[in-house]
Amino acid sequence: MRRATRAKWCGCALVVALVATACGGGAGAGRSGVVSSSWGDPQNPLEPANTNEVQGGKVLEMLFRGLKRYNPKTGAAENVIADRIETADSRNFTVTLKKGWTFSNGEKVTARSFVDAWNYGALLTNKQKNAAFFQYIDGFAQVHPDSGTPRAKTLSGLVVKDDHTFTVKLNQKFSSWPDTLGYSAFMPLPQAFFRHHADWIAKPVGNGPYLVDSYEKGSVLRMRKWQKYPGDDPARNGGIDLRVYTDNNTAYTDLQAGNLDLVDDVPAAQLKHVKADLGGRYLNQPAGIIQTLTFPMYDKRWNHPGAEKLRRGLSMAIDRAQITREIFQRTRTPATDWTSPVLGANGGYKAGLCGDACVFDPARAKQLIKEGGGIPGGTMMLAYNADTGSHKDWIDAVCNSVNKSLGDDNACVGNPVGTFADFRNKITAKRMTGPFRAGWQMDYPLIQNFLQPLYYTDASSNDGKFSNHAFDKLVNEANAATDTGRAVATFQDSEKILAQQMPAIPLWYQNGSAGYSERIGNVSLNPFSVPVYNEIKVN
Amino acid sequence: MGRYTVRRLLQMIPVFIGSTFLIFFMVYALGDPVAAMFGDRAPDPATAAQIRRDLYLDEPLWKQYLHYMGQIFHGNFGTAFNGQSVTELMASAFPVTLRLTIVAVVIEMVVGIVLGVFSGLRRGRDIDTTVLVLTLVVVSIPTFVSGYLLQFVFGVQWGWAAPSVAPEAPLNELLLPGLVLALVSLAYVTRLTRTSIAENARADYVRTALAKGLPRRRVITRHLLRNSLIPVVTFIGTDIGALMGGAIVTERIFNIHGVGFQLYQGILRQNSPTVVGFVTILVLVFLLANLLVDLLYAVLDPRIRYA
Repeated sequence: MRRATRAKWCGCALVVALVATACGGGAGAGRSGVVSSSWGDPQNPLEPANTNEVQGGKVLEMLFRGLKRYNPKTGAAENVIADRIETADSRNFTVTLKKGWTFSNGEKVTARSFVDAWNYGALLTNKQKNAAFFQYIDGFAQVHPDSGTPRAKTLSGLVVKDDHTFTVKLNQKFSSWPDTLGYSAFMPLPQAFFRHHADWIAKPVGNGPYLVDSYEKGSVLRMRKWQKYPGDDPARNGGIDLRVYTDNNTAYTDLQAGNLDLVDDVPAAQLKHVKADLGGRYLNQPAGIIQTLTFPMYDKRWNHPGAEKLRRGLSMAIDRAQITREIFQRTRTPATDWTSPVLGANGGYKAGLCGDACVFDPARAKQLIKEGGGIPGGTMMLAYNADTGSHKDWIDAVCNSVNKSLGDDNACVGNPVGTFADFRNKITAKRMTGPFRAGWQMDYPLIQNFLQPLYYTDASSNDGKFSNHAFDKLVNEANAATDTGRAVATFQDSEKILAQQMPAIPLWYQNGSAGYSERIGNVSLNPFSVPVYNEIKVN
Repeated sequence: MGRYTVRRLLQMIPVFIGSTFLIFFMVYALGDPVAAMFGDRAPDPATAAQIRRDLYLDEPLWKQYLHYMGQIFHGNFGTAFNGQSVTELMASAFPVTLRLTIVAVVIEMVVGIVLGVFSGLRRGRDIDTTVLVLTLVVVSIPTFVSGYLLQFVFGVQWGWAAPSVAPEAPLNELLLPGLVLALVSLAYVTRLTRTSIAENARADYVRTALAKGLPRRRVITRHLLRNSLIPVVTFIGTDIGALMGGAIVTERIFNIHGVGFQLYQGILRQNSPTVVGFVTILVLVFLLANLLVDLLYAVLDPRIRYA
């Protein structure tokens, strides 16, 4: 009978384990007036200068207000904390702050809050992923040398004059620099960030319309309305619960079941019947994202004299209209320039700037490719990362389109790379042998952001290593121009060089999409395809 | 039995070292993770170099591995890229997955064994055929199909359960995902029990017990079931490890932030501390579950003795 006793004991252990692990529960308290929204786990701690992706960015947009903010409707940079930003020479700026702003812990927002935050972001040893955003400020090379240890702790170009004034000296002329200050890397930080860093990371404190109520990393971030918010765009709901979903299909199912209020990423598989499911509660509008196929310009086979004909020909061989209609259900718009419609005509978007080269014309494509020496090796491999997004579908469609246009089944094949990290490594190491997928999401709604980082010689995201003297010269001129209209026109001139050289084929402008429940209203997306959370009303 | 247990525990040490090295090597072979942290933007070389230095990614593989093992013996499993320590991630993920696994194992044991006993005792009759066909259907449906299907039917159409599980993952919300996770194993348990029961039902000792005049109920529970459960216990034991590690699909469908979620994130971001740490714990769970199964044999079958 001894053994039977032991078996009974095992049973007891199982019961104990069940009881011990059941100590969760207690969800859904105080949900009234609170909007629940889908979220992806941010890759980095929520430090402003360390957040370079959308998921972390949407939190910072709720928790912080900076010198400027991009109007959620028009994208124009408007003063928030800045009273005025003045310059006489496009290089030395004087920033004057409005009075009355505080952080939610009561600390005043002063010139120090900005200067300390920017110095922190730029310093190499702090490993902030957005450090490069401070590169135009004088002294950046000292705090962030290309190799070795920093020679200075602070940027020499930043000087605090008094509580509400500081000056900025840039290392080059950059007339539209103040308009970049709405980006999250430029947000002010309270002293608590520097003194009690770990506590701050666990529960960030900012100066935006929301406060962090609780943050369980990897699962849920609960934010509540900050009742004493001094700005003129306070939250119109009780708070936002951001819930992490690994699978956007599950988030969509939750929305259908009434378990979630807002989904800001409608999965591709649901696009066909999203209108039937949600009726008018579905948003599909342009966002500042453009998808391109970038050529490895460091590869002689793609960049010999005359190869621009080959590259232009390939662009003409792609039937963009059909792919955006069939594969993307019109959540993409065929691209005819290298910017985005969200910039607006005044901001530099110009439909049709690409000209014939972005119009589908199989006969002309075939002829141009032939004149350009034909596809190197007879087959073009389009590289993409296979782990995220549904890139395979459209890459195959693009190849199919090219093959049909050229009447050659082997002209183009997809070349999947296992992980995004590996894909990026291959690009950075210049090991691409054919065109590769590239997506660009703007940091700020300026035409400069769509051109200079991507196509200027040795620019930070110039993955194809395109280099063109005339293009660089025009970009420099545009940056130095004090008149906005003149700057935009000069940028568009530089873009015409891209149309001739075609270092990257513009494919389509990406839309932002969102679906929401009957519980909430007044939902809209900003030009960054992020919901304007503080405007949402709970019915 | 004590000595046997100690010997088995000692054998785990080389397995532990070998498996951590293999996993470390495999994650390492995926390449440099730093580039992906910058998204579609090319990393600024100085910042990337600083991050590599801090994560020991600029050292050769063997040095990285030694450094990592040194950390582990101090109870430090390293830090994930989002700044959380891996031990913290484990503390939040393992209880959730453990709860899910327990729900699944209980479902598969209770339902599987009951169905198996009934069909085994009525071999060849209608109930047996029905159970066989049903289990065949269940085995041939992949988890992601049954998962999405049950989620849609129960969660959206009928509204009986929430389609996704709250971050706290209370037991009642884990019933549906637990069922999905258990389905395939449940079918195997049913079939194993059925075969085993059907075979042993004609064994000499059962006949003897019946001839002694013991009530049928007692013969089935004390004699027949106890002997027939040995293969089933083996299966369930190894299945515990498989369920804990293999819940990735189920956890993804029902948005459960357990081990599968962390592993998925870790692999996607090539975060070796997360992946190696979690898999190492899973390996230990697997080894311990196997040891437990071997010890249970002795409980179920008095003829088995360990020295």
